Amino acid sequence: MFARLFSASLMLSELRVMFTRRRTWAMLAAIAMIPILLATAVYLSADQIAPGEGPPFLDRVTQNGLFTGFTAMLLAMPLFLPLTMSVVSGDTIAGEAGLGTLRYLLIAPVGRARLLVVKYLATLVFALVGTFVLMIAGAIIGAILFPVGPVTLLSGDVIQIPEALGRMAIVALYTTVSMMGMLALGLFISTLTTIPVGAMTGVLVASGVSQILDNLPQLAWLHEWLFTHYWLDFADILRQPIELGSLGANVILQLGYVAVFGALAYGRLASKDILS
Amino acid sequence: MKAQGQLAIETVGLEKAFGDQKAVAGISLSVPRGSVFGFLGPNGSGKTTTIRMMLGLAEATKGQINLLGYEIPKKVAEVLPKVGALVEGPAFYPYMSGRNNLIRMDSADRNSNPQTREQRVDSALERVGLSNAAKKKVHAYSLGMKQRLGLANALLKPRELLILDEPTNGLDPQGTREVRNLIRSLAAEGITIFLSSHLLTEIEQLCSHVAVMRAGEIVAQGSLNELRSNGQTRLMLVVDQVAEAKEVLKAAGISKTETLGQKLVSSVDRELDVAKLNKALVAKNIAVSELRLENPSLEEYFVDLTGEGFEVVR
Ligand SMILES: Nc1ncnc2c1ncn2[C@@H]1O[C@H](COP(=O)(O)OP(=O)(O)O)[C@@H](O)[C@H]1O
Ligand SMILES: [Mg+2]
Repeated sequence: MFARLFSASLMLSELRVMFTRRRTWAMLAAIAMIPILLATAVYLSADQIAPGEGPPFLDRVTQNGLFTGFTAMLLAMPLFLPLTMSVVSGDTIAGEAGLGTLRYLLIAPVGRARLLVVKYLATLVFALVGTFVLMIAGAIIGAILFPVGPVTLLSGDVIQIPEALGRMAIVALYTTVSMMGMLALGLFISTLTTIPVGAMTGVLVASGVSQILDNLPQLAWLHEWLFTHYWLDFADILRQPIELGSLGANVILQLGYVAVFGALAYGRLASKDILS
Repeated sequence: MKAQGQLAIETVGLEKAFGDQKAVAGISLSVPRGSVFGFLGPNGSGKTTTIRMMLGLAEATKGQINLLGYEIPKKVAEVLPKVGALVEGPAFYPYMSGRNNLIRMDSADRNSNPQTREQRVDSALERVGLSNAAKKKVHAYSLGMKQRLGLANALLKPRELLILDEPTNGLDPQGTREVRNLIRSLAAEGITIFLSSHLLTEIEQLCSHVAVMRAGEIVAQGSLNELRSNGQTRLMLVVDQVAEAKEVLKAAGISKTETLGQKLVSSVDRELDVAKLNKALVAKNIAVSELRLENPSLEEYFVDLTGEGFEVVR
């Protein structure tokens, strides 16, 4: 059963295809640019920022470079990170269909379920790499431009540098988990078309719509079901102790999306005529 | 459908409808094991659609398919490792090298052995003459090179059946010759080959059997020799005394004769004893300056079947 759904050899091959593409590296470079631009802008205008102005933590960046990653993550969450995720997840099946390689994978035979599982896991790897690139680039540029020292958390507690780095890793992991639902939705949308750009746009629009709905108080009942709802809650990781409430709810919500859209994607791909 | 040990491919009443158009309109194919089976038909006649159904890529609207004794689509995962295929032209990742593309495709096959992967890939590349271009990215390949890479992909493992959809499309005359030679050598190894083409000459050169498609239907099927015999054999006769010669022909049971000056053209049986006829003519003191049997040309026969010029009929 396991062999029907996963193969390390295919997973490596999938990652190899993904990381052979220049597009993948370009997106990772762009992700790394977010904290770099942010830190540079703050550095050049440090004396003009009043405490509390701009995005949360922005004023803390000048005091402690380790905040660069967190602040950059807050900036990237609404649009830029989902944009790269939609490119990668929208491309999964539609990209293969567009190239025509989907038919050759299927007659190899790859197995439709196995293909979906491996494709999905590869998008998850990209999310993981992307969020870590952002945090690491943030730490590096922060350390270059600003003083680095023990971090004062939102709860007022102070943690030492190694633990602060640990928290950064947890934030990256948390953001990756936050992307799981969207990536599953992208996988499903990707089975609907042979035009990758169409699928990418679809996923991105879905994340935009979800965030708008999340901001309409009239739809409060809906909010906790939206896959973007807990996206910015990683601030809870910067408390002592870490507040687990919304984190746990997010994990369950994301897994729910994975189950639903994973099943839909399988239903669609398994019954689909491959005519591309 | 009963298990057919001798047949590599069997379809019964296979049909595929797109909306209300029947791309494949109920075809029954019998492809003997070990044959080189030509699947001949003009563009749009339903060849690729049939192949997609055989490989489990598209679901048949009606009918049954049996590949190497395995029911399709039920047992498709079991039979596909024994089948190499080229469907509607090659397709690869343009940003990867030819060799890495093949490694990728082989990794997708859960039955293939990772230990022998590189070596199998290299020998497939060598077989199609791409060893020197193996490290080049596919976007730098010519159409002919891509076509060869597609063939190499079909040859990554020892196969019992090769399904090749227009494998010489886009090749120059030299490449076409090489691919045809490759197909011959594969057939000589005992691999059954199902070769779709819109080129009669290709089928005539390579195939032992043929099915002719027109607008989704099979209009003729059998061994090449059987189909040749479907055409009308003609007797060409040039004599000095036309009227007397006609009498002799009639006496020999040949009644359908046209006269063109000194030349007589008659429809005759393939087995006609020409020597005996000659004797009879000479016995009547008729001078025979030409006497020969003209075998029917497949080309004429196929043009009759599929319409003039192999144009797209819909
Ligand atoms: N995805 C599709 N949707 C609708 N019609 C199709 C599709 N694919 C093929 N057809 C139609 O089916 C017929 C047969 O096509 P095809 O099997 O590709 O022919 P061939 O391979 O012999 O050139 C054509 O008329 C074509 O227009
Ligand atoms: Mg075709």
